[in-house]
Amino acid sequence: MSKKPSTFFNMVGTLFIISFFSSAALGFVYEMTKGPIAKATLEKKIKAIQEVVPAFDNHPLDEVYSVDIDEGTLFFYPAKKNNKLVGTAVETLTTKGFSGIIKLMVGLLPDGTINNIVVVETHETPGLGDKIKKEKSDFSKQFTGKNPSLFTLKVKKDGGSVDAITAATISSRAFCDAVIKGYQAYKKEVRK
Amino acid sequence: MPYVLMIISAVLVNNIVLTQFLGICPFLGVSKRFSTALGMGGGVIFVMTLSTIITYLIQTYLLVPFKIEFMQTIIYILVIAALVQMVEIMLKKVSPALYQALGVYLPLITTNCTILGVAILVIRKEFNLMESTVFAISNSIGFTFALIIFSGIRERLELLEIPEAMKGIPLALVLAGLLSLAFMGFSGIVH
Amino acid sequence: MNQWQNLIKGLIKENPVFVLILGTCPTLAVTTSVANALGMGLSTTFVLVTSNLAISALKDFIPDKVRIPCFIVVIASFVTIVDLVMAGYCQVIHAQLGIFIPLIVVNCIVLGRAEAFAAKNGLWSSTVDGLGMGLGFTFALLVLSAIREALGSGSFLGHKFIHSDGILFFILAPGAFIVFGYVIAIINRMNRGTK
Repeated sequence: MSKKPSTFFNMVGTLFIISFFSSAALGFVYEMTKGPIAKATLEKKIKAIQEVVPAFDNHPLDEVYSVDIDEGTLFFYPAKKNNKLVGTAVETLTTKGFSGIIKLMVGLLPDGTINNIVVVETHETPGLGDKIKKEKSDFSKQFTGKNPSLFTLKVKKDGGSVDAITAATISSRAFCDAVIKGYQAYKKEVRK
Repeated sequence: MPYVLMIISAVLVNNIVLTQFLGICPFLGVSKRFSTALGMGGGVIFVMTLSTIITYLIQTYLLVPFKIEFMQTIIYILVIAALVQMVEIMLKKVSPALYQALGVYLPLITTNCTILGVAILVIRKEFNLMESTVFAISNSIGFTFALIIFSGIRERLELLEIPEAMKGIPLALVLAGLLSLAFMGFSGIVH
Repeated sequence: MNQWQNLIKGLIKENPVFVLILGTCPTLAVTTSVANALGMGLSTTFVLVTSNLAISALKDFIPDKVRIPCFIVVIASFVTIVDLVMAGYCQVIHAQLGIFIPLIVVNCIVLGRAEAFAAKNGLWSSTVDGLGMGLGFTFALLVLSAIREALGSGSFLGHKFIHSDGILFFILAPGAFIVFGYVIAIINRMNRGTK
């Protein structure tokens, strides 16, 4: 047990000193990890872009433009090779997921054909809704090479052409919803 | 999100105890009697709502402007601990009857992870003040709801003969699993 | 008690999860896969060791009446450090564990060890105690997650050993409760046999 008596001065002083030192320590660790955190976040984004669009030689992150929709903001990363647009990575989202927000990186070729899709952020149930991730099931692969103008981006239950994940219709629907939003915003932007 | 949906979702579909795994310790610890479950539930509703509002204000007007969001955990837990102490002192003075009912549960609430959990969740989900308040109220109601149902079942189970090894916590956990399975039946009513 | 006994008591005899039934929230939430369980177990072990060490060093300096707030500040600092370091160097696990990293603060095991052991014992035994308890916690998480991942997704550490989906029930919330309940029942049964 403590040798120090619990006088008012001792109590306030001790709490203050401990809080002061822990804040200082945290500030220090924060400054140290700030760089690596920012770098890891950036690398994750670049990796997602590389995965969804054909090879490029520009810096899509520097040419980003955004569009606001009801549920949030969509980001467009144009990928160019020899100054010619080879595809656009669209960071799109939906809040209709079973456990809230789902963020996708959808790679669209210049004519609007889906090149590839990766999941950036999801909180869907492990083993069920998280099968939207490519490493968990082939669900997202069925979109590859499809053009949303010829391919109804809805699950079969709703009269579309997408095979939903068994027992995870809500997550499958949400996934389609995010892709449609990205596609429509992209079409609108291109027409401008 | 409309508030009604939010309440249904928090109480039934994404119940904080049975599907989010927050607040399991008090859920197992104080669910032996119906009356204690009610007392704990009341305390949690009160503290969670208050602490979520206060931590939300601290986050918006203190942590974000000064760019010290990394201090979130440490400041939140201190605010919650201080708040619980203050509520205890005030309750003792203002309403001794209520203090008698909730008093013993208040110290336990500091280490109830639902309180800190909800305070952090509303920031991560980027709710505004009104949404955060509704979220806190509905989640604390969800907690109380699960606790009360559970205590009702456990009171009856005492009359049964069960294998020695299953007595107490193991049986309670299996029961919680079955209850959680039952709550899964609600999924889909919100979407 | 020598240090070796001090270390292994956390693993089996006083296992924080299976015997003392502490820290149940993270136990149930992060055991969907072995990788998550390992990440959570090791983060908690780090917090346990460092906070036990710090509290044992500071115990003569802290007046009794404010010891709980002081302990909480110390623990919360170490938790935030883990949180920041993980965000910087292993973002995948950090994203998976999500809110359960800051919630290590209210994990009853950490505050419980600070109050029951570190506040009364020397630096070295407190560190060993923290390590033992942390490893006991990790061990419990690994047992539960191995069962759940094997039955639920038919894999271990992400490597599939059967080519089908597994029994979904064990990955979902109800499965967590029931597997945990039966594991404790089996341990109770075994303990009774040895007594």
